[in-house]
Amino acid sequence: MSTHLEGIQIKVHDMSLRDGMHPKRHQITIEQMKSIARGLDEAGCPLIEVTHGDGLGGASVNYGFPAATDEEYLRAVIPLLKKAKVSALLLPGIGTVDHLRMAADCGVTTIRVATHCTEADVSEQHINLGRKMGLDTVGFLMMAHMIEPAQLVEQALLMESYGANCIYATDSAGYMLPDDVTARIALLREKLKPETEIGFHGHHNLSMGVANSIAAVAAGARRIDCACGGMGAGAGNTPMEVFVAVCNRMGIETGVDVFKISDVAEDLVTPIMDFPVRIDRNSLTLGYAGVYSSFLLFARRAEAKYGIPAREILLELGRQKMVGGQEDMIEDTALTMARERGLLKASAA
Amino acid sequence: MSKIKCAIIGPGNIGTDLLYKLQRSKVLEPVWMVGVDPTSEGLARAREHGLKTTDKGVDGMLAHVKADGVQIAFDATSAYVHKENSDKLNALGVMMIDLTPAAIGPYCVPPINLKEHAGKREMNVNMVTCGGQATIPMVYAVSRVQKVKYAEIVATVASKSVGPGTRKNIDEFTRTTAGAVARVGGADEGKAIIVINPAEPPMIMRDTIHCLTVDAPKQKEIEQSVQDMLAEVQKYVPGYRLVNGPVFDGNRVTTFMQVEGLGDFLPKYAGNLDIMTASATRTAEMFAEEILAGRLTLEAVAA
Repeated sequence: MSTHLEGIQIKVHDMSLRDGMHPKRHQITIEQMKSIARGLDEAGCPLIEVTHGDGLGGASVNYGFPAATDEEYLRAVIPLLKKAKVSALLLPGIGTVDHLRMAADCGVTTIRVATHCTEADVSEQHINLGRKMGLDTVGFLMMAHMIEPAQLVEQALLMESYGANCIYATDSAGYMLPDDVTARIALLREKLKPETEIGFHGHHNLSMGVANSIAAVAAGARRIDCACGGMGAGAGNTPMEVFVAVCNRMGIETGVDVFKISDVAEDLVTPIMDFPVRIDRNSLTLGYAGVYSSFLLFARRAEAKYGIPAREILLELGRQKMVGGQEDMIEDTALTMARERGLLKASAA
Repeated sequence: MSKIKCAIIGPGNIGTDLLYKLQRSKVLEPVWMVGVDPTSEGLARAREHGLKTTDKGVDGMLAHVKADGVQIAFDATSAYVHKENSDKLNALGVMMIDLTPAAIGPYCVPPINLKEHAGKREMNVNMVTCGGQATIPMVYAVSRVQKVKYAEIVATVASKSVGPGTRKNIDEFTRTTAGAVARVGGADEGKAIIVINPAEPPMIMRDTIHCLTVDAPKQKEIEQSVQDMLAEVQKYVPGYRLVNGPVFDGNRVTTFMQVEGLGDFLPKYAGNLDIMTASATRTAEMFAEEILAGRLTLEAVAA
């Protein structure tokens, strides 16, 4: 079938070993990372992200302590790969330039510096350094549904001015519909330098991962984040094997083998999941109310501990406009709701 | 009762808020505001409040330090120029309260180690960071009961309350805070996370303090210690509140705080900035009380 996107070459970027850390509570073992990364490499996936789910330095009480350190994961995975390159994620405020230097020393070729979509100016020192070190340096604007396309462009221009050679519109909540994606990506493409790449990162909470990613490509994005087997926060990321299959049908070139990548998803990724990463009433709520996808497991745990339905906690977090990184506020919100409902013993506060 | 005369360096939001707080003090009297920009609104405002001002930086005030009897200076500029400011004023026997992240002097978190500093005759003390002032007292509230092997703090602040200096060097915030969480808070290891939230209307500063204890937490004692510490901090930051906790979960002890400012010059949501100016004022007052009581004499330090 030939379409208007026929012949466009894009780069898919795998998230299963980074965003996929969220549904795994950051407990993916080194051996599992190695086997999945090798599978992705053999299937032709050109770029693989390997970090704690919340980026370099994410190991914490607040986000969860991982099974191994970022450095251990990176040093185990990178030497195994024949063609694929490895990226690391860094959220200023959590990780620092020290982590960036460590990751570069391990051999990552891409550093992705992530901020909330209105706070790009906290990324200056990290983007500067990434570029100075000769890394492929990406500015990653999270929760991009929360602001208008024109505001997103202002923030993207800041990151571009610091030295980012690629800018992402990141749908962290899986809230966007294809028209939202088109509006943002098209304006970024129009306003940024022609040599600056545009990327899109989707979540599948409203089942829009593939459709949104195609809309992004049509509007000018040339990097698309996907997760093999869909393993990512919330209802997961855009499932890579499905996206690659759709690209093949449309003539968009990814360089990834659709059957090999679906085997990796089926044989290596799905078996390690602790629960099916899918759209249930809670992950649906993330997408419906525009809440950060990584909050899912924390809300479930708070439900189990304090007796407040996860859905209600998530809706309240959305109402309070919580942003990525505020995982501490989930237990806090559940406690406050439980007290208001008389479910809490009088001892606290 | 006589008051100790003070200078404020940096007529920005922090410096101006500090001016309002110092004017209420029973033992401190702000007499100089130092800036570098002749068109600065902050300098004009300070003049309206009866302060002498200069737009020539610290050098513009040096010749007047002795005559005007300045004994304590607050630096609310940036880490880059702090050492130079401090050296010049210390050489004239002026002690320095550092609100920048330069941290060339020892950390001061008033309810924990203020008294200790007075005894040591420090000429430069550092106020850590806003996140540090808001959280380290609660780390200490746990560590004074039992051994804490790891403490982690999450400070969430309104986007409008985070200035360009912090934004340009956010790593300095995480490093300095983490270091002080361990050293002053009394944990073997410290970690600090800062989150910036742009919600409108702006959110009031929130702080979460996680401590991992070595042995099972002594719940009753920790609860009491947290309440005692809360009362101590509320003496100088009335809007310091325990929202939830302490929560005990295995060896994890978590307290959830909110810090609302007094709204002197800064808006009330900017509790992060208010707790810095309030802590700095509290610190200076303690030194002033020592000087007035004749227990402390400031001496010139060779630069």
